[in-house]
Amino acid sequence: MSDTQTYFEIRNLHAETEGIPILKGVDLSIKQGETHALMGPNGSGKSTLANVIMGHPAYEVTDGEIIFMGQNVLELDPEERAQAGLFLAFQYPVAIPGVSVAKFLKSAHDACHPELKSKSSEFLKELRENIKYLEVDDSFINRYLNDGFSGGEKKRMEILQMLTLKPKFAVMDETDSGLDIDALKVVSKGVNKLAGPNFGLLVITHYERILRYIHPDHLHILIEGKIVHSGGPELVKKLEESGYDWVREQFGQEVLVG
Amino acid sequence: MSSDSTAILDDYKYGFYTEIETDSVPKGLNEDVIRIISAKKEEPEWMLEWRLKAYRWWLKQQEPKWAHLDYPPVDFQDICYYSAPKKKSDNPDEIDEELAATFEKLGIPLHERDRLAGVAVDAVFDSVSVGTTHRELLAEKGIIFCSISEAIREHPELVKKYLGTVVPYTDNYYASLNSAVFTDGSFCYIPKGVRCPVDLSTYFRINALDTGQFERTLIVAEDSSYVSYLEGCTAPSRDRNQLHAAVVELIALDKAEIKYATVQNWYAGDKEGKGGIYNFVTKRGHCRGQNSKISWTQVEAGSAITWKYPSVIMEGDNSSGAFYSVAVTTNKMQADTGTKMVHIGNNTKSTIVSKGISAGKSVNSYRGLVQVLPDAANCRNYSNCDSMLIGGECSANTFPYIESENSSAVIEHEATTSRVSEDQIFYLKSRGLSEEDAISMVVNGFAREVFKQLPLEFSVEAIKLLEMKLEGSIG
Ligand SMILES: Nc1ncnc2c1ncn2[C@@H]1O[C@H](COP(=O)(O)OP(=O)(O)OP(=O)(O)O)[C@@H](O)[C@H]1O
Ligand SMILES: [Mg+2]
Repeated sequence: MSDTQTYFEIRNLHAETEGIPILKGVDLSIKQGETHALMGPNGSGKSTLANVIMGHPAYEVTDGEIIFMGQNVLELDPEERAQAGLFLAFQYPVAIPGVSVAKFLKSAHDACHPELKSKSSEFLKELRENIKYLEVDDSFINRYLNDGFSGGEKKRMEILQMLTLKPKFAVMDETDSGLDIDALKVVSKGVNKLAGPNFGLLVITHYERILRYIHPDHLHILIEGKIVHSGGPELVKKLEESGYDWVREQFGQEVLVG
Repeated sequence: MSSDSTAILDDYKYGFYTEIETDSVPKGLNEDVIRIISAKKEEPEWMLEWRLKAYRWWLKQQEPKWAHLDYPPVDFQDICYYSAPKKKSDNPDEIDEELAATFEKLGIPLHERDRLAGVAVDAVFDSVSVGTTHRELLAEKGIIFCSISEAIREHPELVKKYLGTVVPYTDNYYASLNSAVFTDGSFCYIPKGVRCPVDLSTYFRINALDTGQFERTLIVAEDSSYVSYLEGCTAPSRDRNQLHAAVVELIALDKAEIKYATVQNWYAGDKEGKGGIYNFVTKRGHCRGQNSKISWTQVEAGSAITWKYPSVIMEGDNSSGAFYSVAVTTNKMQADTGTKMVHIGNNTKSTIVSKGISAGKSVNSYRGLVQVLPDAANCRNYSNCDSMLIGGECSANTFPYIESENSSAVIEHEATTSRVSEDQIFYLKSRGLSEEDAISMVVNGFAREVFKQLPLEFSVEAIKLLEMKLEGSIG
């Protein structure tokens, strides 16, 4: 696939929950190899967009489409989306008591990559490498998934899952929120390991600081379920020169915290 | 002989009915029926006397109503108390082909050529045992494993010595009914110092319509012996309720260990709650000797109504009792289950791990009693009772009772209730797992501690059973 072709595209997306419209016509196009940042105030619909991309049953898509590598994503079950290479790092990962991280990751890996079904020993070896890379303690392999994890540990676990599943396109929903600076660096390191010409990334954030580690090519502002502003390389260049203050001036303090 | 028109189609794969000629006693309960049952089993006089005493006591009792269950009164005159497949051969070692085929279909081969490796099976069809495998191997070690009817005839001294010593016929309403009319079940006797080389297993099958199954099982482990016993059960799908009122007694002498595991999958009725088995069971173990151990592990997945409290009386010093339970209820099933741990000896230790899973419109209750008698010093109990709810229309209750009369006792109780959320399932699906795999992962994680107690192949079966039960119950 050449990188000028559409890789991941959202067209006129409308979604609601319990009859209340939340997304009101979202358009977004991400090319292969690009990283986009999405910002917006609390309640503007960022997580809803992330969940709809992954197929959460609580939301009904009433109009529009999502296309990924030529496939109509809305026709797929969440597990098929994962198998097709989509990934969501959740804002609030849930706990699955009694299920060890290792067992979960092996099942997820084998489900997403049936062609790469590896032996447990090989899998564990790679898992240990990734765990080391993300500076997570080895004991996490045998802990129950997200059960009793601290906020920061849960976020690292999301990135560990991402490294394990090697998706082609990922959405990170406020993975940076609540992280101290060391954790933020580690998470960014993990993301940058995957980043490259064969990867696409949408980073949802409220904070400027993550954008210093994960350099976005494009920036979008979501307000009340609509993208009200988008900018490409020229905008990013401007940001690098004069900072993000204009975002706050134009769209409010709450959109982006310094 | 009855042809069956009420077996209804549904997704319970053991719901088929076997057409077979039966020898049965007319419906109804009175002393004559009990005399007939006893005569058919060629029992000695003392056995008949015991049955009649139980019956006379039962007549004076009221059906208990304290359980958190709701069902119409059982009409005891509308039940057939004895139904047996007609014998085609007088050779006791020859198994009827049709019955063998039935058990084969249930996954329990009885013929020696393809019997299950590592497990000796006693197969009970309605009111009688139809075959026991691995007999020679067990006989070599002096282990007795046969139907209780056979034991009453062949080993009367043992049966007389132990029967009713853990659960006397005056114990409770259903136990006394069972004592009066019990038809079959298993008898296991492990001699001193013998470690039973295979798992012993009984498979109960209710086939005939309107027949009650009154199972009676007795397991005796002599000093320093060990046995692991497994019990499985199924019945045809019918739109009328059937009664299964069992009594199981376990006796562990000095340093003996008995592990008893049940995978109960009786027909549970249809989605509207029509039909299904009433499973009213008294199971009790007696750690009679010092340093003895008894554990109950149960996976309760079937029955319209379950009323069951496998218990351990720890009389010998340093003895220990354990109860590990997964009870799953779906549709309109009701379960009131739990345990009773009675600490009599010093330094006795009990463990309770109960995992209730409710889905649909079902009601799942845990009821447990930990009792420490005044003279029992330094006893410990640890209880953990967790409930998991699937969907918004089911309910779970926990009724833990503690009666401690010795201040040296240490009793810990933990309980949680959680809901399998759409978010958990979505989380796992978003990582590539199918809905079934996602549910099974959540449920498995929840019941992990209990499944760990089962022999490997049974835990695999049990997990599959739960997956089957819960399929389609989320969202
Ligand atoms: N499942 C749901 N049921 C009801 N309302 C919902 C649901 N999901 C989202 N909403 C509502 O939709 C709106 C958008 O929520 P969403 O979580 O997408 O916001 P967000 O932009 O991610 O906010 P934040 O920055 O706080 O994470 C909110 O008003 C929220 O209450
Ligand atoms: Mg959000």
